[in-house]
Amino acid sequence: MKTALLRSAALAGLMMAGGASAHAESLTLYCSADEAWCQQIKTGFEEKTGITVDMTRKSSGETYAQVRAEASNPKGDVWWGGTGDPHLQAAEENLTEEYMSPMRGELHDWAIKQAEAAGNKTIGVYSGALGFGYNKDLLAKNGLPEPKCWADLAKAEYKGQIQIANPNSSGTAYTTLATMVQLMGEDKGFEYMKALHKNINQYTKSGSAPIKAAGLGETTIGIVFMHDAVAQTAAGFPIVTVAPCEGTGYEIGSMSLIKGARNVEAAKKFYDWALSAEMQGKAKDVKSFQLPSNKAATVSELTPDLSTIKLIDYDFKKYGSSEERKRLLGKWDTEVSSLPQ
Amino acid sequence: MRSRDLSGRLHPTVVLWMVVGLLGFAVLPWYGVEDGFFGLSWLFEGYPLDSEFAPALVLNLKGEKLWLAPLGLLLAAPLLLWGRKKSDPLFGKLLVAIGAAGFAWLLFQGFAIGLRGWQFGWLQGLFGDLGDRQFGMGYGALLVGLAFLFLFSQGLAARGAVGGDVFVVSTIAFVVAAVGLFIFMPILQMLANALITEDGSYSLTIFLGKLFSARLWSLDCLAGGSRCGVAWNSLFLAVLVGVLTTVLGLVFALMVTRTGFRHGTLLRALTVLPIITPPFVIGLAIILLFGLSGAVTQTFSELFGIQPTRWIYGLPGLLIAQLLAFTPIAFLVLIGVVEGVSPSMEEAAQTLRANRWQTFWTVSLPLMRPGLANAFLLGFIESMADFGNPLVLGGNFDVLSTEIFFAIVGAQNDEAQAAILALVLLAFTLLAFYAQRFWLGKKSYTTMSGKGDAGVHPQLPTALKRAVYGMAGFWVAFTIFVYATIFYGSFVKLWGVDHSLTFAHYVKAFAVGWNDFGIHWKGSAWSSFWTTLQIALISSPLTAAIGLLTAYLLVRQNFAGKNAFEFGTMLSFAIPGTVIGVSYVIAFNVPPIELTGTGIILVLSFIFRNMPVGVRAGVASMSQIDKSLDESSLTLGANSWQTFYRVVLPLLRPAIVAALVYSFVRAMTAISAIIFLVSARYDMSTSYIVGRVENNEYGIAIAYSAVLIGVMLAVVGLMQLVVGRRNIGRRGHELSQSRTNVSQPAFSGGS
Repeated sequence: MKTALLRSAALAGLMMAGGASAHAESLTLYCSADEAWCQQIKTGFEEKTGITVDMTRKSSGETYAQVRAEASNPKGDVWWGGTGDPHLQAAEENLTEEYMSPMRGELHDWAIKQAEAAGNKTIGVYSGALGFGYNKDLLAKNGLPEPKCWADLAKAEYKGQIQIANPNSSGTAYTTLATMVQLMGEDKGFEYMKALHKNINQYTKSGSAPIKAAGLGETTIGIVFMHDAVAQTAAGFPIVTVAPCEGTGYEIGSMSLIKGARNVEAAKKFYDWALSAEMQGKAKDVKSFQLPSNKAATVSELTPDLSTIKLIDYDFKKYGSSEERKRLLGKWDTEVSSLPQ
Repeated sequence: MRSRDLSGRLHPTVVLWMVVGLLGFAVLPWYGVEDGFFGLSWLFEGYPLDSEFAPALVLNLKGEKLWLAPLGLLLAAPLLLWGRKKSDPLFGKLLVAIGAAGFAWLLFQGFAIGLRGWQFGWLQGLFGDLGDRQFGMGYGALLVGLAFLFLFSQGLAARGAVGGDVFVVSTIAFVVAAVGLFIFMPILQMLANALITEDGSYSLTIFLGKLFSARLWSLDCLAGGSRCGVAWNSLFLAVLVGVLTTVLGLVFALMVTRTGFRHGTLLRALTVLPIITPPFVIGLAIILLFGLSGAVTQTFSELFGIQPTRWIYGLPGLLIAQLLAFTPIAFLVLIGVVEGVSPSMEEAAQTLRANRWQTFWTVSLPLMRPGLANAFLLGFIESMADFGNPLVLGGNFDVLSTEIFFAIVGAQNDEAQAAILALVLLAFTLLAFYAQRFWLGKKSYTTMSGKGDAGVHPQLPTALKRAVYGMAGFWVAFTIFVYATIFYGSFVKLWGVDHSLTFAHYVKAFAVGWNDFGIHWKGSAWSSFWTTLQIALISSPLTAAIGLLTAYLLVRQNFAGKNAFEFGTMLSFAIPGTVIGVSYVIAFNVPPIELTGTGIILVLSFIFRNMPVGVRAGVASMSQIDKSLDESSLTLGANSWQTFYRVVLPLLRPAIVAALVYSFVRAMTAISAIIFLVSARYDMSTSYIVGRVENNEYGIAIAYSAVLIGVMLAVVGLMQLVVGRRNIGRRGHELSQSRTNVSQPAFSGGS
């Protein structure tokens, strides 16, 4: 019965032979930004080129895991977005392909620096500074002072008011850990994380969850990337975004070509397009407030202006390497997360 | 004339499977077609000569992949039987040998030669570099595999296995192969993975170190520390949920059957709701009600001036959400058992002057033990495997299922760690399974006999009755409240901030527009919606079919190894979805069976995960059908297939409906397994909804869930209509009905 079915299917296929041509060009995109942005990119590229895009939206950690799992038989072509560390890790493990885009001249220096740190196997597409946001209604209700600096968050009055992701599962939280280590030195940085630990009400799994909880009033303060906090404000939640006074770290959202991609040409076409001012200028339409890497791209007035924020000189190469990451996370596990709150 | 001639010399069934094998070997592409076999684009891209799409025969003729050649020779080997009769001892022996050898070689070459040439070190050492590689097997290989399998079972049947019944032997062989391939193999591979260290070697010490790490087993919280090991958390929660759902389920069952309660239909309708609700929606509603800024919390805080806290995050919230979600399952299990307890025994107890309490404690309750045990087991396993609620409500109370997920997808991504956690989870569920069997023991709980039992169940003791009413009333009110919240939430602009009513979420998810090509499915949810519907509709009849076939074998046939066979088919019932998901990703991402990123892997995971319910439903209703019916059918000249198809199957309609409905609903609402298996082309509603929840877009998530609930109700209703009811002639029915019915004799005697 099965064979009969296959046969008739084959026959039907033969009869349609006249109409069928070589299959249309397609592209498999792994997208690690939020759904609306990913959708916009997918349809934007399809409209621009007529290439069908199969898009999967997963966090950068999930995507990295997937790319690694599929290494011997890659299914994806290009990986767009998500914090830079997993992209650097993928480059380190030779999971991604070197590519020199003709668009590089139009980009900010930090985007190129990111590429050079990975032997041109990745490139910056947007960036955003780390910070925190608070729910102003809740803050007022609890009679708390407005936090301005990292140091404020470690004060006893914020006990049980703060949320941050678990650095083991979230790149955002790892960036926070690495930022503290770089800002204060390793010993003081860990002292700070221990003090902060006492005030944390929950370590969430995903990086942007804390500010979403703050938006809903489930926590007062969330430590996240500032553009995520701004997006909550734009969505109508009573969130105020803070750039910490001591200075802060940042992420470079990156893009990589996957090694052994099945649709290399389409992937390169996408890569070049994704670096264009035209494409990057549209991010604000879907309430994504990261800073685009193309200098000419238009920016929303809500986008945190990186030039007015004190940024540390974040060493992506060192703190993006698997070795350092493993060491810091191990230390955090034993010295910080195991402490009573 | 010729075909008659041929069949005179070679058994026709053997010829059939040789032809099937030949088709697979010489006609269809041997390897998987990347763009999809049924896209048929391969027909125009160099088939049959292009190595990518070529059949094995062509590959061999071109001098490539010569390790496939033995398969071709083995397929031709049954020709040696030319002219021999089925009764010839050589006939069976040779077929068994050919089938076994072919199937084994097919598997061996598949596992031995992969994407990077030799897969095993000793082969590399033996033969040196292969200099070639192969991709996942395709439909060609599938047909050849089936051909060998059925030639093998032909041989077994010819040698007299199971009374020489070819249909039965073939079915057994097929089910065993399928269960082996899609349940045992992934689990075993996952076990192997748990032993792999970071540098790729195997190490038992590191494995044991991870298995007994403090993270899993620490008992800190008892000694005043901050938190306990993940394993204890999961176990504690699961036991609590198992016990409480059983108690609540029993309460409702007693209320419906023994208190003269008149609104049983209402209660039943209410209990169906949580079963068809996408899992984490309840968790979400609970946050919206009892969270720090939840509606109830705020009201209380304003009324009584209590400082709102985050008490709901962690064990309390999880417990509430899981009780809401899983109590109905316990109820559905228990109501049958409570109804089934023979009133005569209770009457006998009362006649012997036991009061209502004594009767209840010493007669009714012990007789319900199988039901209680099953209900507990279900609640326990469901809680262990629950992924959605811990994700939204867990707080700092980590449980195994989410830990497994984040071990794979988190920044550390440690597959071995995930495999170890999955092992612990599996061990817990299997333990519970055996504890249940042990508790039930070998005592008899039979209360239904063929003799008439016209007694009436005694009423509950009054105090108990009041307690039962109170608990049930509270639960019903709470459920209604939660669901009203969900429904209301889907129409609210921004929960907690802006409570004006809007259709915006429905429009965003399910907008439909018109463009030049016709209907344009504009909404963002359509793609995952259609995929889900399609996958659910494909997998549910397949699940029902394989489940009922297995049930038929278990109830009606006797063969060696039947107990092991039963265990194998029921095993996946005890395996939480998370474990299935992880093991499928590990097992089916690389050749020989390469399925990740396809819709097939979703369908397979549903079939093998939900199959046990089909089996149970089938076993239960088949044991009610008298075997004499089969026998008379066989005596009248039908073979076992015809008997199954024309006699047994029509009598199984309730079981078919149950299996269909269950597997359909499961496919629509499952999350724990499929979160690992979805891909760009095949995204499922539940994983889409989880994504929305993660993004704070509760409105869309809830609106989508509401639509899914509606669709499920509609489809379930439709299934019942299509499959129809079983007509059983009973006294009092119209004559015409019983006349057309074959089943009447079966029920007139006791079974």
